[in-house]
Amino acid sequence: MDVLVCVKRVPAFGAEVVLTEDGELDTRHLGFTIGPHEECAVEEAVRIAERTSGSAGVLTVGPPEAEEQLRYAMAMGADHGVLVEGAGEDPQATASAILAALREIGPYDLLLFGNESADACQYQVGARVANGLGLPVLAGVKGIELGPEEVTLRRDVPDGVEVYRAPLPAVAAVAEGLNLPRYPSIKGRLRAKKAPLHRISPEVAAGGLRALRLRTPPGIGTETKVLGSGAEAADAVLSVLEDLGVLR
Amino acid sequence: MLLVHVDVDNGTVAADSVEALRFAAAFGAANGIEVAALAFGDCAESLGPYGIGTLHVVRHELLDEHSPQLESAALAGLITELAPEAVFAPGSAHGNELLANTAARLGLPFAANCLEIGTGEPWTLTRSRGGGVLFEDAELTAEVKLCSIGQGAAIVTKTVAVQETSVTEHVPQLDPELPRARLVERTERGGGISLATAPVVVSGGRGVGSAEGYAALEELAALLGGAVGCSRVATNNGWRPHSDQVGLTGTKIAPELYIACGISGATQHWVGCMHAKHILAINTDPEAPMVTRSTYAVLGDVHEVIPALVAAIRAR
Ligand SMILES: Cc1cc2nc3c(=O)[nH]c(=O)nc-3n(C[C@H](O)[C@H](O)[C@H](O)COP(=O)(O)OP(=O)(O)OC[C@H]3O[C@@H](n4cnc5c(N)ncnc54)[C@H](O)[C@@H]3O)c2cc1C
Ligand SMILES: Nc1ncnc2c1ncn2[C@@H]1O[C@H](COP(=O)(O)O)[C@@H](O)[C@H]1O
Repeated sequence: MDVLVCVKRVPAFGAEVVLTEDGELDTRHLGFTIGPHEECAVEEAVRIAERTSGSAGVLTVGPPEAEEQLRYAMAMGADHGVLVEGAGEDPQATASAILAALREIGPYDLLLFGNESADACQYQVGARVANGLGLPVLAGVKGIELGPEEVTLRRDVPDGVEVYRAPLPAVAAVAEGLNLPRYPSIKGRLRAKKAPLHRISPEVAAGGLRALRLRTPPGIGTETKVLGSGAEAADAVLSVLEDLGVLR
Repeated sequence: MLLVHVDVDNGTVAADSVEALRFAAAFGAANGIEVAALAFGDCAESLGPYGIGTLHVVRHELLDEHSPQLESAALAGLITELAPEAVFAPGSAHGNELLANTAARLGLPFAANCLEIGTGEPWTLTRSRGGGVLFEDAELTAEVKLCSIGQGAAIVTKTVAVQETSVTEHVPQLDPELPRARLVERTERGGGISLATAPVVVSGGRGVGSAEGYAALEELAALLGGAVGCSRVATNNGWRPHSDQVGLTGTKIAPELYIACGISGATQHWVGCMHAKHILAINTDPEAPMVTRSTYAVLGDVHEVIPALVAAIRAR
C-alpha cells in the first residue's frame, strides 16, 4: 500500500503568542514544526507501509526551509519526501499545488491530511484535493483499517462514534488520537538526512480568501485568589469546594 | 439572498446550529439581505422567530446514507439553482466538512470559523484560529461566499421580524456512483460521567510526573463526582488515553470547576477549559499562565496538595 501524507511547516508557539506590529506571528524566537494531527498522519502512514510492505511518502507546500519538516517526517519513518515550492498559506492554491505535484509523483492508495492545519485552521485542503481527484474523503478520522479494495474509517461525533467505508484510493483528514506518534530515533534521523527529496515548482492561481493580519483575542482580566501553599492549603480549598457546591 | 444551513434534530434546529442561525438572521437584518434556511430535513416550526421566510428542504433517498460528500453534492446543486450571495453553516465539525467539500466541488473559497463578517467588495471578516487562540482578519472575494460561523461569533443585536416559514422541497440530482465514504455503523455514547459533561474535572499535566501519579487525581475526581482530564504532554507520554485530553485537539469542556494540576496553561490547552465556571490551578510556578488566569490557585507540589485535599474531604 502506498500512502502519502501532506504536512505543513508551522511555527511552534507555546503558552504566549507574540505578534509583530503588522499582525504577523513573531517567529524570531520560535522553532518550526508540523501540527499534532499531521504527526499522527505520518505515524499512521509509516505503520501502514511497514505492515503492507508499501511506501510512506511525505509532501509539503512551502518555502525551501520546509525541508526541515520533511526530514523530520522521514526521521519518523517516511521513505520519500516531496517539497512543492509555494507559499502554502492560501488553501485553494495549496490544494492545486498538491494536485499538480500528484500528477507528477502519483498515484497513491491512500492520501492523509490533518483535519486542520495547526496555524491557519482552514479545514479544507484535504477535501479540495480529494474532490479534485474525484476520490472519497472523510474528516475527523481517528481510526483507519485497510482492506485490499476498501478502507474503514472511524470518527468521534458529539454523541457517539461513526464508522464509514470507502473504496480505495481514498483520502482521510485525520485527528490527534488516531495513534501515539513515535519520536524519531537516532537511526531514523541519520537515514532521513540521506533520504531522497523530490522538488516541484508548479504554477498555481491564487484563491479568494486572503489573510490580512492576526490579532490576539481580548484578554481575560481574572484576579487569581491564592488559597495557600502546599498541603496547608487543603482546608482553604475544602471551603471553596463547599461554597461552589461541588462536594457530594 | 443568504442561505444558512442548519442541522435538524427531531424536527427542530439542532443545538449546535442555533448560533449560526442567529448570526445569519442578525447579519441579514443588518445588511438588508433576505435570509433563507437550508436543511436535510424539516424544522420549519422552529425557524419563525429567526425571521426565516423560506426553508429549503433537500430530500433524496441517497442522503439517508449520511455521506458528507453526497450532502455537499446536493448543497452544490442547490447553490447553482438558487444563486445565493452567500451560504453560512455552523462552524462545527459537520458544518466545516460540508462547506469544505461544497467549496471544493464548486471551486469557491471557504472561510472557516468566522467571528465577524462585513459586506462590501471584497467582504472583510475575522476568523477564529485554533479555537480562539488567535483572530485573523481576512478578505473574501467570491461569487458565492461560503462561511462557517465560529464559536463565540459576534451577533449584532438586531430585532428580527418573526415570520411564518414556508417549506420548499428540492430533490437534487445525485450520482449514485459518486466515489464516497458511506456510513456503515453508528454507536451512541453510553451514559455515565464523561469528560465532556462532568460537573468537575480534575486534570493533570506534566507536573503529575507519571501514569501512576494519576491515581490521586482519580481519587479526588471520584470524591467530587467528576472526571479526570489531562494535557497533551500527558497523552504524548502515554500516561493517559487521548480521550482524556482537554484542549484544542482534545475535548473542549465547560464544567462548574476545573482543577488543573501541574498544567502550565498553554493557549492550546486554555481554549479547551476556558469556559469552565471556576478554575483552580495547583502549580509550583506562581507565574504559570494557568495560575495567573485561574479563579483560585494553590502554589505547591501536586503530590503534596492532592493527597492533603483528599484527606481533608474524607475527614469531613
Ligand atoms: C496545534 C496544537 C494543538 C495542541 N493541542 C493541545 C491540547 O488539546 N491540549 C493540551 O493540553 N495541549 C495541547 N497542545 C500543547 C500545548 O501547547 C502544551 O505543550 C501543553 O498543553 C503543555 O502541557 P503541560 O501543561 O502538561 O506541560 P508543561 O507546559 O510542561 O507544564 C507543566 C506545568 O507543571 C508545573 N509543575 C511541574 N512540576 C510540578 C509539581 N510537582 N507540582 C505542581 N506543578 C508542577 C510546571 O510549573 C508547569 O507549569 C497543542 C499544541 C499545538 C501546537
Ligand atoms: N502548505 C501545505 N503543505 C502541505 N499540506 C498542507 C499545507 N497546508 C495544509 N496542508 C494539509 O491540509 C490539512 C488541512 O489544512 P487546512 O485546510 O489549512 O486546515 C493540513 O493538516 C495538512 O495535512
